[in-house]
This record gives sequence, C-alpha cells and structure tokens, in this order.
Amino acid sequence: MDALGKKLIDRYQRDMPLTPRPYQTMAEDLGVTEAEVIDALTRLRRNNIVSRIGPVFDHAKAGASTLVACAVEPARLTSIGEQISAFEGVNHNYARDHHFNLWFVITAPDNAQLQAKLKEIECSTGVRLLILPMEKAYHIDLGFPIEWNDNTSKACNHE
Amino acid sequence: MNNTDSIKVRLRNAIQDGLPLTPRPFLTLAKSLGTTEKTVINLIQELKDQGLIKRMGLVVRHRSLGYDANAMVVWDVPDCRVDELGNRFREFEYVTLCYRRPRQEPDWPYNLFCMIHGRDRETVLSQIDAIVDRLSLHHIDREVLFSTHCFKQSGGRYVHG
Repeated sequence: MDALGKKLIDRYQRDMPLTPRPYQTMAEDLGVTEAEVIDALTRLRRNNIVSRIGPVFDHAKAGASTLVACAVEPARLTSIGEQISAFEGVNHNYARDHHFNLWFVITAPDNAQLQAKLKEIECSTGVRLLILPMEKAYHIDLGFPIEWNDNTSKACNHE
Repeated sequence: MNNTDSIKVRLRNAIQDGLPLTPRPFLTLAKSLGTTEKTVINLIQELKDQGLIKRMGLVVRHRSLGYDANAMVVWDVPDCRVDELGNRFREFEYVTLCYRRPRQEPDWPYNLFCMIHGRDRETVLSQIDAIVDRLSLHHIDREVLFSTHCFKQSGGRYVHG
C-alpha cells in the first residue's frame, strides 16, 4: 500500500471533517492535494482494504440488531454460512472454532422485522439460533491504530 | 413523517455504503436527495451528536491488512461485577468492543463479550493473559473463539432501500 493510504488510515478512521470539501480538508492536513486524497481513497476501496469511507452506525440506537450463534454440522458449515450471508441485513458472518461454530450479526429497521427475519432464517436453514442481543455497551469500536507491516495482501472476498 | 424526517431516512440510506468520492460529496448527496449541501451536512452532524453515527471515516477491512486473528472472548462474570469489569476492559487498547449480552442457559453461560483483533493467535492469547492477570480474572470461566473463516463483513444496514 502507498504511504498516503497508510496515512489516511492512521489519521481518518474517525473524525472525517464535515466540511463542504472534506477531501480537500484532509489533503491540507496531510500536505497533499485533494485529487491525491480522492485517488488514494479510490484505490483503498478498489483493493478492498477499506470497505467504505463514511459512517459507522450504532445499530442499537439506529435500528434493531443482534448477535446470533449457531452450532452447525461441520460438513454443512460452508453451505449454511453462505445461505445465511445471503439474507438481507446479515453482516459480520464468521465461522469460529467452537461448538457454536457460526456467528453473525443481523440488523433490521425495527425489532418486529428483526424477529421475523430470525424466524425466517431458522426455518429455511433448519438450524437452531442462539440469540444474543446486546444489553449494554462498555466499549465501542472507534477504529483502532494499525501496526503496519508488509502483509497487506489478503481481503475477505465475500461482499 | 414530515419532510425533514423523510430526507433524514433517505440520507441514512444513501450514506450507509459510504460517501461519494467526489470533491463535494455532500453536494452530490444533496442533489440526489433534492435538498441543499448545508442540510446534508447539518443532518449528518445531528446523527453524530445523537450517537446514531459512532464514527465517520475509513472503515478498514482488518483481514486485508493481515489482522487474521479475530478473537471473541466470552466471560461468565457474576452479575454484580459485570458493569465494573466491562468498564475496565476499556483500559486495554487491543480490546475493540465490549458488550454485555444475556446468558442462554444451559447452552451458553457467558454474559460479557469482548473482541480482540490481532495479527496472530499467539499475540492475542498473550493479550488475554495480560487482561486476566491485571484484572485478577483467573477464577472466572472464559472461552476464546477465534474466527476460522469470514463469510461476510460489510457495513450493517438498517435502512433497506
């Protein structure tokens, strides 16, 4: 990754300026041009290093969401994982090394729609869901500092 | 729903996949929503002030930067101590999230969840040991669930267009 890409990640995982020309403001801060910032951001997106430049919503406040775990027969893990990923509102779907081996977060505009979606997933996959909604947040992700090294090659390809 | 509310909903929908990479992204958004640049900026500021937007900026895919060890650490903390310990987890800069969630007995006895993103399992495990030592959690049951495959990682959507 280029030096400007790294600088942008170091400086702007949060507090992106809300000025009419935010990329110009960022460029002035980093001593480059607006066009260079836009190019660097475009590359970061194209290379799948950042998923977007924009807001991270607090789903507990902005809608309804929950963490869900399921214990899937290992032979069916990939197909069930892909099937669940395809449902609207599912994000952060991971296999984990545990009896409960599939973990995902699902969001919906409100709780009624969330519950309906969970029923639909349970029904169509035949997998029992362990519903683990957030009760209280002690610490939220504000973008942690990256420790740079040479390994920048991999990305999660499942959009 | 009045006009401002309707613009707000459409604005959230428009920005959840990111801002346009145009020199004046808020103007680009304003044009598509039929409002002004100033209104868009003010509404986004309002969403930030209300805490509906936690942060605005580059949303990094950690795996693409070699952060392969994504651990969910779950703890069975006595109910009377969960707030105290949840708040103390903030002291560790490698803890990126910390939430209380309900136990689901008998399958799931854990009520405190934290996430740690690291480059490798060994580092993450030693970071967990450091938490256990500093907060004296040796007697508290815990499990570490490393991710083995990422099926999907995208911005959560709550407005479905």
